[in-house]
Amino acid sequence: MTETSHHEDVSAANKVKLVLAWTFVGIPLLWGVFNTLAKAALLFQ
Amino acid sequence: MTTAAHAESGGLFGWLDRSHTIAKPGFSRWLVPPAALCVHLCIGQVYAFSVFNLPMTRLIGITESAPDDWRLTQLGWIFSLAIVFLGLSAAFTGTWLDRVGPRRAMFTAALCFGGGFLLSALGIHLHQLWLIYLGYGVIGGCGLGLGYISPVKTLITWFPDRPGMATGMAIMGFGGGAMIASPLSVWLMKYFSSPTDVGVMGTFITLGLVYLFFMMMGAVLVRVPPNGWLPEGYEPPAQPKKMVTTAHVHVDEALKTKQFYLLWGVLCLNVTAGIGVLGQASAMSQEMFPGQITAAAAAGFVGLLSLFNMLGRFFWASSSDYIGRRNTYMIFFALGMVLYAIVPWTGRIDSIVLFVACYAVILSMYGGGFATIPAYLRDVFGTRYVGAIHGRLLTAWSAAGVFGPVLVNYIREYQINHGVPKADAYSVTMYIMAGLLFIGFVLNWLMTPVDEKHHMSEAELKASMED
Repeated sequence: MTETSHHEDVSAANKVKLVLAWTFVGIPLLWGVFNTLAKAALLFQ
Repeated sequence: MTTAAHAESGGLFGWLDRSHTIAKPGFSRWLVPPAALCVHLCIGQVYAFSVFNLPMTRLIGITESAPDDWRLTQLGWIFSLAIVFLGLSAAFTGTWLDRVGPRRAMFTAALCFGGGFLLSALGIHLHQLWLIYLGYGVIGGCGLGLGYISPVKTLITWFPDRPGMATGMAIMGFGGGAMIASPLSVWLMKYFSSPTDVGVMGTFITLGLVYLFFMMMGAVLVRVPPNGWLPEGYEPPAQPKKMVTTAHVHVDEALKTKQFYLLWGVLCLNVTAGIGVLGQASAMSQEMFPGQITAAAAAGFVGLLSLFNMLGRFFWASSSDYIGRRNTYMIFFALGMVLYAIVPWTGRIDSIVLFVACYAVILSMYGGGFATIPAYLRDVFGTRYVGAIHGRLLTAWSAAGVFGPVLVNYIREYQINHGVPKADAYSVTMYIMAGLLFIGFVLNWLMTPVDEKHHMSEAELKASMED
């Protein structure tokens, strides 16, 4: 390994992994945010 | 290679070794934040644990508490134990984590946190409270601490160009975890409930298994960069900024510097102010706006604060990459002082919108304080032991977790006992919080770079890498 290496060329498999990984964490997070906003709406009714 | 290293490098758990987590060419560093989020979104559940308190007082009586049912005061210890063990495990396992790498640490955190839920489910089944103290409080608490610090150093190493944003993304998950866990737990308890069961045991088993799986996914995904890796196009600044070191300070040496204690105070005071009002937000909003904010609306208010707590973690930590960590904390303390001071006035002019806006910004800075501290530590002490130093610094969180609520509750009680109307009882508390933030401002203002005598020599650094 050189002292300083760069490798930013993401392989196709890793691109798919990237989409899947962000979906995996994004869906529950968005669901939580949606639920919170729905509850918070009561504050201004 | 040492014998210990040999023992670590093979066998059933060989895939957990640091050597197996080194990224191969073609790996995207953007896969590391979701790996960290897999862990932080799960352990953030701890902030939603209170949803189990009332159902757990009716495990025998089902519709109402029976004489042999547990009391709320007994159940309150579960959360407290978890937070104490979060701080302790973060403080004591940081060096171990640094040695074994993020995957083994995440794997262990998953076993502790998921296993803690399963042991607690057994405690519900046998109606043995000590099993829940041990399961969720002690073992689960260790999972919390280990899980919290495990991805921090890895993220900082992958994102030397934007360390604040990277750690902010992960620590944002900790803020968001409760927003998922709270409605999910309520839904699961309803699903598992029957005329003879309040549904807590089934919920604990389900959550334990779901969190175990989710956190294991994080452990599988996480990778460390090869030695010396730098992002494409990134060149470390030739002229480092005054507050950003290129050297490294050993974790034990860091404890001998005044900077560690200044930052400990900075974190503790920022968290004390935020946590003190967070726990009282629901009651405070209803008492400051009687007849206008109902209990349901107050629950919505608390939810909104959680959202800003989460968003602030990402926003402020990312901003700190541009404006500097010290300046970011200056904003937290200066703006915080102003906002705490004007909160009582929003009650007097009867402005719910202004009240909510003040709290939203305050809570965003509370979250921002947590998320910006790892990058601040990296700037001051270097990257080599940032995970371990962060772990030690989190004891400030445990201290604030006790100090903040106690301060708010006792001041309020004292005032009410002395004839102050409930709606006005929070004014003094807010002014005291503003005073605490002033002290934090001074501590942060006193921050200077670490003296070179504390820096590791090249030989020490090389030896530490070989270890």
